[in-house]
Amino acid sequence: MMPYYVAPEQMMQDKAEYAKKGIAKGRSSIAMEYADGVLLIADNPNTSLYKISEVYDRIAFCGAGKYSEFESLRKAGIRHADLKGYMYSREDVSGRSLARAYSENLGGVFSQDIKPLEVELLVVEVGRVPTPNEMYRITFDGSIVADRGVAAIGGRADAIVRFFEEKERNTQASLAEAIALCREAFASANAQDVAVEALEVAVLERERSGRTFRRISNGALTGMDV
Amino acid sequence: MVRDVQPSVPTGTTILALKYQDGIVMGGDRRATEGSQIASERIEKVYAADAHSVIAIAGTVGPCLELVKLFQTELEHYEKLEGEELSCEGKANKLAQMVREQFPLVFQGLVVVPIFSGYDIRRRQGRIFQYDITGGRYEETDFYAVGSGGKDARNTMKEHYQRGLSETDAINLVLAALFNAAEEDSGTGGPDPVRGIYPTMKLVREEGIVDVGEGQLAPMCQALIDVKKDRGYAL
Repeated sequence: MMPYYVAPEQMMQDKAEYAKKGIAKGRSSIAMEYADGVLLIADNPNTSLYKISEVYDRIAFCGAGKYSEFESLRKAGIRHADLKGYMYSREDVSGRSLARAYSENLGGVFSQDIKPLEVELLVVEVGRVPTPNEMYRITFDGSIVADRGVAAIGGRADAIVRFFEEKERNTQASLAEAIALCREAFASANAQDVAVEALEVAVLERERSGRTFRRISNGALTGMDV
Repeated sequence: MVRDVQPSVPTGTTILALKYQDGIVMGGDRRATEGSQIASERIEKVYAADAHSVIAIAGTVGPCLELVKLFQTELEHYEKLEGEELSCEGKANKLAQMVREQFPLVFQGLVVVPIFSGYDIRRRQGRIFQYDITGGRYEETDFYAVGSGGKDARNTMKEHYQRGLSETDAINLVLAALFNAAEEDSGTGGPDPVRGIYPTMKLVREEGIVDVGEGQLAPMCQALIDVKKDRGYAL
């Protein structure tokens, strides 16, 4: 039982501040449309603990904030997608539906539980020609934003978005150009260089059939001149 | 009741797997029967389970197809959750559990007997596993065939198999085995150039699964038929 009365506004504000503080401590990730699909890139020096993940044929996930929390959300998302694809058909699994499910979940936790989830999520779906790509950003309180061109989450997300605002939007960049640009954005937001080995990179490739998700290893990155 | 249901259930027929120099060839005929009736002449019995393994099915078609779909989903689900593929051994064991779960249905006449072939990345070799209705899992060293024409196919392979076959020789042997099975067993369909029906075949290799298309199989089947004709052997 709660011993004191706390105004709901105050409670929500406290929770939001708590969540923001948790997320601000972490590193950032970017999703960016490029010529052949969508690039996902995380400032992640840990090579075995991934932040980016395949979810379904044309859908990928990226989490920022508290690892344990976005990891369980990642798994729930994969379960959601696989179950839907198995029950109905692979075509019926959509990024939009997954983003809505995440929004509902995060929103519910934020308003009902004592501790909000300290995470930000990206759900990205690469379109089939001529359908455009979809990029959804879901924040700790369940707010959902559909971004175009570039989306950023994590501690330095604002600085990254500012970096891209100053650049001309180019969704037709090559993969190497897009990676180099994102690396520059991380460097500008962190105010220090980011080594290629500290990048986690994956793409959803539009022209592939079936599972379009592909990780790009550090070895392949060094060969790409980014 | 069981007797009433059984003849009206489509059943799958001859499937086989054979090791060759780069991995495994897996093939199956295209016929499904309902008792003495032919239910389908174009059914597929060989499926890619994931990027490095193939499952072929014999038994009652409905539960077999369901098993394949669930197995594919399970492998993909595991791979996405864990960030890496299940080991070849792990996949074979998972399939054994799934076959065992089907066991109670055997008493209603619904049998599911798959063959599983996978490329074991760690051991750098192809591996073949056969199953019994209770979920028993047995690894085969060179080749295996199952289904109502399985014995005839096995006998053909036993006669002509040797280790380290080339891809072409391996495919030819699989075709010959399926051909002989179709001749002896009413439940197995042979190649049918008139209607353009050929066995389905997949190669399990280190780089992944390769589909051997109709374009490649049609002339090979024709050559096989021609050889028999040249020998003056009635088809």
